Amino acid sequence: MTEESTHQALVLVVDDELPIRRFLKAALEGSGYRLTEATSGAEALREAAMRTPDIVVLDLGLPDLDGIEVTRRLREWSGVPIVVLSARGRETDKIAALDAGADDYVTKPFAIGELLARIRVALRHRARVAGGEESAVTVGPLHLDLARRRVTIQGKEIRLTPIEYRLLTALARQRGRVLTHDQILREVWGPAYTRRRHYLRVYMAQLRQKLEADPARPRILLTETGVGYRMAEE
Amino acid sequence: MPERRPDPEQILERLRRKEERERRAKLKIFFGAAAGVGKTYAMLEEAHERRNAGMEVVAGVVETHAREETQRLLEGLERLPRRVIDYRGTRLEEFDLDGALARRPELILVDELAHTNAPGSRHSKRWQDIEELLGAGIDVYTTLNVQHVDSLNDVVAQITGVTVRETVPDSVLDRADEIELIDLPPDDLLQRLREGKVYLPAQAETALSKFFRKGHLIALRELALRRTAERVDAEMESYRREEGIAEPWAVRERILVCVGDPESGLRLIRAARRMVSGLRAEWIVAHVETPAELRWPRERRDYIVDVMGFAQDFGAEPVMLQGIRVADEILALARRRNVSRIVVGKPERPRWRRLLEGSLVETLVQESHEIDVYVIRGETEGESPDRGSVRTPSARWTHYLQATVVVAVVTGVAFLMYPRFELTNIVMVYLLGVMVVALWLGRTPSVLASILSVLAFDFFFVPPRFSFAVSDTEYLVTFTVMLGAALALSTLAHWLRLQTDAARQRERRTAALYRLSRELAAVRTSDELLATAVRTIGEDFEARVSVLLPEAGGRLRLRAGELGSAHHERHEIGVAQWAFDNAQPAGWGTATLPAARGLYLPLRGGGGPIGVLGLEARRHQEGLPTEQFRFLETLANQVALALERARLAEQAEENRVQVESERLKNTLLSSVSHDFRTPLAVITGAATSLLGRDGLGDVARDELAATIVEESQRLSRQVSDLLDMTRLEAGSVEVKKEWHSLEEVVGAVLERHGPALAAREIRVDVSAAPFVLLDDVLIGQAIFNLVENALKYTPARSPIEIRASRDEGGVTIEVADRGPGLPEGTEQRVFDKFYRGADSAGFRGVGLGLAICRGIVQAHGGRIEAVNRPGGGVAFRFWLPVEGEPPTIEPEEAATAGGQGPAPETGS
Repeated sequence: MTEESTHQALVLVVDDELPIRRFLKAALEGSGYRLTEATSGAEALREAAMRTPDIVVLDLGLPDLDGIEVTRRLREWSGVPIVVLSARGRETDKIAALDAGADDYVTKPFAIGELLARIRVALRHRARVAGGEESAVTVGPLHLDLARRRVTIQGKEIRLTPIEYRLLTALARQRGRVLTHDQILREVWGPAYTRRRHYLRVYMAQLRQKLEADPARPRILLTETGVGYRMAEE
Repeated sequence: MPERRPDPEQILERLRRKEERERRAKLKIFFGAAAGVGKTYAMLEEAHERRNAGMEVVAGVVETHAREETQRLLEGLERLPRRVIDYRGTRLEEFDLDGALARRPELILVDELAHTNAPGSRHSKRWQDIEELLGAGIDVYTTLNVQHVDSLNDVVAQITGVTVRETVPDSVLDRADEIELIDLPPDDLLQRLREGKVYLPAQAETALSKFFRKGHLIALRELALRRTAERVDAEMESYRREEGIAEPWAVRERILVCVGDPESGLRLIRAARRMVSGLRAEWIVAHVETPAELRWPRERRDYIVDVMGFAQDFGAEPVMLQGIRVADEILALARRRNVSRIVVGKPERPRWRRLLEGSLVETLVQESHEIDVYVIRGETEGESPDRGSVRTPSARWTHYLQATVVVAVVTGVAFLMYPRFELTNIVMVYLLGVMVVALWLGRTPSVLASILSVLAFDFFFVPPRFSFAVSDTEYLVTFTVMLGAALALSTLAHWLRLQTDAARQRERRTAALYRLSRELAAVRTSDELLATAVRTIGEDFEARVSVLLPEAGGRLRLRAGELGSAHHERHEIGVAQWAFDNAQPAGWGTATLPAARGLYLPLRGGGGPIGVLGLEARRHQEGLPTEQFRFLETLANQVALALERARLAEQAEENRVQVESERLKNTLLSSVSHDFRTPLAVITGAATSLLGRDGLGDVARDELAATIVEESQRLSRQVSDLLDMTRLEAGSVEVKKEWHSLEEVVGAVLERHGPALAAREIRVDVSAAPFVLLDDVLIGQAIFNLVENALKYTPARSPIEIRASRDEGGVTIEVADRGPGLPEGTEQRVFDKFYRGADSAGFRGVGLGLAICRGIVQAHGGRIEAVNRPGGGVAFRFWLPVEGEPPTIEPEEAATAGGQGPAPETGS
């Protein structure tokens, strides 16, 4: 949440391709991060245990273990933010990584700015979780007063149904991050509803009608096609 | 004929025979008049000569009958072990055909050509074994007695009074390359017999000893000599022909033999065979199936087919016809096939019946005109015990009872009519009754009904009533006419019925054939075709049907249908394999491997068998009735034809696809090398500039960096397009349809385009179809590509519209622009792979964007089109099928507490 903490953060970069590591090293160190590297899944797990990095940037295509497997094993004992880097652009791969516990993903090829943004979001989210429950969230014209359960757009109060409200708060608490359909359905409707994506889409459309200036070109509630939704960060 | 040139047809025939002879192994028959003349001995002697000349000789089966000198001759030869067959607890030794085929000597000795194999052998007759050996390229020596020759069989029976059941078709003799007559004067033979040098099986001694009377032996010797002489004649003639010694050459005779019933037919065929070989003619054996024949018992109908098969063994061409009048069908066939002589059996029916019903012989004689008609004695040789020649009674006693009841009912009706109607009308009612009986119950009951009707009419209605006495003699005329009319009616009605039956049966076959060919025509791949054939034929025959096709090595593999348990399957495939290798039917109900559960017919293609059709009847019976067998053959041919057609089509398709993919590969390669190298060149150039020049200003550095980013994005885009296209074409794209909000899908696309859209006016109206069943990732990609396309090809500030509309069964999504529009005639081509707009110089892409759109839409079962809009610009429209309605959402439960949150909206 503070500039300081991100600037001091230790990033574990896991990738077997030297050119990728080389340019990430230059870019991340240039942005003020400290860096440690691993070239295989086993080495990544070892490094994560020994150096306790603040964030892991993980390639999915590793020579020994699959990146998703590395995510799963890391999650057994660590809550460290994980941003997945992958050349696999297919939605199923993204969902698998997110459901395994990754915080975010970036598809290769990517602009360094995008990766830095995701790293920042992940670190900030971790800091928010550590700092306890927020009382209010502001994203663009939207203001969400969690304590009083009030939603306003440019100061004008918006009336939401209970489900719409739960959906909005679920996205708002993790704003900036992608939530898969399953994750949202489980949180808002309960585990029995994970197959009813249609519910989610209908309520998302309703919510956009109420909150977005142009529902066809949303600015707050963003779609990650085939994966899920994300609320804009600010 | 003054010309000295042989007929070209004969030259061809000669060449064909010569070729066949050269390809085939040689068959030599040691031929004798009776047992004991020394055939086996002579065969062994010659075998030794061959062996000494360096030939590889194996004794397959040699019956020495413990005769010392014969045994001694056998000693120097390699002997093939016999196969032991366990038949119902008895051990039978049999010639080992498979052993011989595996051993593959140059020459094999197989004694006793006429031998019948033990049950369980592959072939029922040894001559079939020998044919297979010859087919495999092995020379065969064998022995044969004259009484076993099929065409001489009944002559021998007449001479000696002993009927020999084991016979060899004459065609086997005709095909022999050499026949050596082993001649021994009867006196010498009798002498040997007395000395105990002739082996006679103990159980048949008395029967066989009838042979060995001097008179018989003289006759048999003459027969043997004559048969051999005939053959020498034929050889002489063929030699003359080969040497071109032309003689006045009679036009080749063609003889047609009419077989009526199977019993006399067999004899007729044998007789005709002698005539044919004398004339060296082609011959046809024809049988006309009349409607009456449909009522024959099954065995008898099968027998006719056996007889026809027998004729085929003799070298005749069997023809089965169908019709009402035998003479008409025969004459039509004779004219069609240019027959010179017709052979029929002597009529057996009494003269009065012939006069009444017409006689085949008389009709033939009267109507044959230029064709000679030969009438040969054709009476039966007594009833054969196993083949009942008695017709089943066509009417059972119940039919007579029913006929009586009908007359009684008619009489009842007549009683009611009597007070008001004339007697003539009552007669009519009786005639109606007779006709009904004839139609329902058949001939004889209707005759009974006719007589009963006349009697009843006389008794009940003709004055004086209730007596058979007649007051007016005029009524006698009435009776006669009534009886005559009733009989005539019954005959006519009976014929009508038979014709209907026959027509129905024909109709059924035709319908089945039609159904099969229609269904086969409808399918495209050979797998579908086989499945269809198996199903259709299985239904028609109520049987389990299978199709086996050869794999690379010629081994058959089950491709459709089933063969029963795994244990049986191996054996059955073996039988099918034989049918395939030999291009002949085998298995159940045939002469080859009859113990099999299924019947296997080769599927005959243009260049030999292409597979095997198997049929296993569910009902237990001895074999298929003949007409069914023939019908099955017709169906098999149909399947073979269709299969060949399908294969050719598949091959053509494969070739086409290959050519197409080759063309694409070339386009792709040239495209890849150009489209990928250009951005790479730019990137390399820009990056090296950045590396090497310290003197660059900040603006220049930024520009170079921006160029690198732009070019790598383009490169990245091209790679994903290629990947997408490849996946779509490989069919590996799985369409996961769910109900999606169209607004959300379009929104995500616009979001993805990001700043590129900043300067554009984008109008979105998809409210007509809020929720649509589609794959959001794929359709999102399609819309993305369409928007990208519009961005590329239209002026910078022109608007882009995205609209949706619903119609029956689907939804249309349109991306429209106000650009220059498509050149006339390219509306379809824009969706082709690697197609790029004419002035696309500024926009470098692989040219796959729209092709990917089409691929995605087609994978959804939809269609896509591009049309120039009135007022300028293009509209790309795609239609997606949408079935059903989006699932309904339970209305949200009322808000739990007012203070806990915003008040719930109703009906949201």
